[in-house]
Amino acid sequence: MTNQSPILAVADLSVDLGGRSILRDVSFDLYPGQLCALIGENGAGKTTLLRTLLGLITQRAGTVLIGAAPAREHRELVGYVPQKINFDPDLPLRTRDLVRLGLDGQRLGLPFFNGRTRHVVDQALQAVGAEDFADQRVGELSGGQQQRAVIAHALVRKPRLLILDEPLANLDFGSANALVDLLGRLIVQQQMTVLVTAHDMNPLIPVMDRLVYLVDGRAATGTVAEVVQAEVLSKLYGYPVSVLHHGGRILVLPDAPENADVANMNRCAGHGV
Amino acid sequence: MFSSFMINTWIAGTAIALVAALVGYFVVIRHSAFAAHALPLGAFPGAAAANLLGVNPFVGLLVFVGMGVLLLRQLARIGRRDVGTGLLLVLFLGVGALFLSMTSEYAPEVFSLLFGEMLGISDADLWPILGICALVSVVMITIFRPLLLDSSFPDLAALQGISAARMDLIFLSLLALVTASALPVVGAFLVFTLLVGPPAAAQSLSIHPLRSLLLAVIFAESSIWSAIALSYWTNWPIGFFVGMLGAGLFTLARSYRHWSQRERPVVQVSGL
Amino acid sequence: MFAFLSSQPVQTALIVGSCAALVSALIGVFTVLRGNAFAGHALADVSSAGGAASFLWGISPLLGFLGMAWIAAFGMEFLGVRKARERDLATGIVLGAGLGLSALFLYLDVTTTSTTGAAVSVMFGSLFAISQGLIWPAILAVLAVFLLVGLFYRPLILTAVDPDLATLRGVSPRWMGLLQLLVLGLAVAVCALAIGAVLATALLIGPAGAAIRLSRRPAQAIFWAMMIALTAVWSGIWMAYESYYWFSGNAWPVSFFVVVLIFLFYLLAMFGSSWQHKYRRRGITSLRRLQEP
Repeated sequence: MTNQSPILAVADLSVDLGGRSILRDVSFDLYPGQLCALIGENGAGKTTLLRTLLGLITQRAGTVLIGAAPAREHRELVGYVPQKINFDPDLPLRTRDLVRLGLDGQRLGLPFFNGRTRHVVDQALQAVGAEDFADQRVGELSGGQQQRAVIAHALVRKPRLLILDEPLANLDFGSANALVDLLGRLIVQQQMTVLVTAHDMNPLIPVMDRLVYLVDGRAATGTVAEVVQAEVLSKLYGYPVSVLHHGGRILVLPDAPENADVANMNRCAGHGV
Repeated sequence: MFSSFMINTWIAGTAIALVAALVGYFVVIRHSAFAAHALPLGAFPGAAAANLLGVNPFVGLLVFVGMGVLLLRQLARIGRRDVGTGLLLVLFLGVGALFLSMTSEYAPEVFSLLFGEMLGISDADLWPILGICALVSVVMITIFRPLLLDSSFPDLAALQGISAARMDLIFLSLLALVTASALPVVGAFLVFTLLVGPPAAAQSLSIHPLRSLLLAVIFAESSIWSAIALSYWTNWPIGFFVGMLGAGLFTLARSYRHWSQRERPVVQVSGL
Repeated sequence: MFAFLSSQPVQTALIVGSCAALVSALIGVFTVLRGNAFAGHALADVSSAGGAASFLWGISPLLGFLGMAWIAAFGMEFLGVRKARERDLATGIVLGAGLGLSALFLYLDVTTTSTTGAAVSVMFGSLFAISQGLIWPAILAVLAVFLLVGLFYRPLILTAVDPDLATLRGVSPRWMGLLQLLVLGLAVAVCALAIGAVLATALLIGPAGAAIRLSRRPAQAIFWAMMIALTAVWSGIWMAYESYYWFSGNAWPVSFFVVVLIFLFYLLAMFGSSWQHKYRRRGITSLRRLQEP
């Protein structure tokens, strides 16, 4: 599809946690400008995989190359947005300061602002639409706003690879679509690579071009056309799933539980009386 | 009030308040209030032991507070952190009580170690205190950014190569140093108020990281200066004033924030 | 042994010490379960101001400890917001103010009433010097605590486990929190009388912290906590009594022995249970390996 070199290359990755094997022989590549969804059941090892890619967990075997170098050597190439974001309401930190710590949080000395850092931070705030609450206490923002602040924190170093853990959980329709829109802009305009875990992949389907799916610690990868099919997904989730095409959009829908028919009948009967 | 025998108290008090505010700023952010209360009490038997052995009390304080840091980390690993901290604290206090019961000046010694001693600073004591305060300030300002990021969101810090375990150790060591230098003046019990009161009040008032740090220093300095002055005039123990001023500052700042938040309209932002 | 038991101060010490052990074990389990170790410790520390004031005004030290512990409990409830992190700060601020007050009262004790040694007995306790008149008040306080906890046992446990669940059941966490602080105040007062205000924490959280590790049911945890606390107090009293002969006339303080024993029990419980866990886990994984094809 592209003759560029991969930005993320995972080969034969195996990870153990607390004596238990979590991931086995995971391999996949991601190229610039791709948005990839990582899917799998609860406990399939999604978060473990992400944390290994970030160099927060050490693997038992295999390699993770980011920009053709081991993950730990290229930290500045990766941005990460964790799933649980919960700032202390009393934290003396504005959104602006949090974003700024993404730029140079590891450096020594006091964080005085100068013209250049102010400009770079403003750009990141603008990219996620956080200008309106740039000077508010991070801990007092809503969950969605805190998430945007952390995305700006991740983007401010201009990473090549952005990793988001369940970014769509707990977002309303409007915010979820706005986030997907932002991710779409990043991959098109900046040729960034985005890796997202998601339980509900529907909002992502318009912008997503690859999927990595984990089952029992093993991974397989494919394009949207290959994977987003009723039989494939049903097998992956171990639960019957339908894929609907509606007005140019694709929707993945879990089939109703068997008892649903009974509930439906009861409701009809109720109306009849 | 500024006569020659008070000069050392003023100088030491000023230096101690500065570092207490710098370190206390992170005590509040990291929710380490219990550790900040326990470490000074862990240092307390050090002074008693030094008294018994006839060595410089400062050495005893440093040895015991260092042991306190190591044990605190070990105990937190094997059980509930708060229970471990509490038990370590009483263990050290018990040992301190034992050491003191062996000396002849039991009662007055206990009192000044726990609640502070205005005239406890000799010329020989002053230099180590100033040296330690200078060291702590320099280290604190140097690692301000990594420590701030680690204290507010450890996961994001780890991503930038900042090790949480290392930050914890550095932070506790700085806390230990501040403790050892402040204990002879304000006492084992009231070091804690100086650490927590001014920064907590400052953080309620300002959302700007550097401005709230500066405010914390200003609050700490004004508390200790007022405490020294009031203690000089009334002859009452300095610890009493430090404790009361800390509580007063905190309550005022909290009420102010509560009240001003009620006035402010809620800002609604939607969409990216 | 006979000389030990027939001595009047030892008898008083054993009775008051046992009261402290029983009541602290009972309350301690709730305190540790709710993650209130710091608050429990702070109440104990602050009660020292009451102890110091009792010397000043010549009232019963038990009343002094109790009054101050209750004032502090209300102060924390007033300042403290329900979020855990806010609670830490509010606790710390009340603690600082209380200790400041304690400093003042102890100073006034020395200057106005010339009571030397007030600081020592208030802070670190002097179990062998407790007057016999305090035995009955101590027993009454313990009975009151047992009665209250017995009546409200289930709501208290539910609130300790999850305040939201308790609210759904119609239990007000606010009232339960207040009730808990009231009985905690009573327990703190008895413990402060026995081993000193600042060391009372040892009895309050040590046996409970160890017992919670050793047992799964709350009632069982309370039983173990009582056993550990009683063992520590009785052995501590005996060792302090005997230490007079061990160290040629220099008896070591009772509180020191009690605190050290509790600390050792806690370490034993922690290491014991972690070894147990390790073996258990190893057993499970080997089973799983057997089941795998």
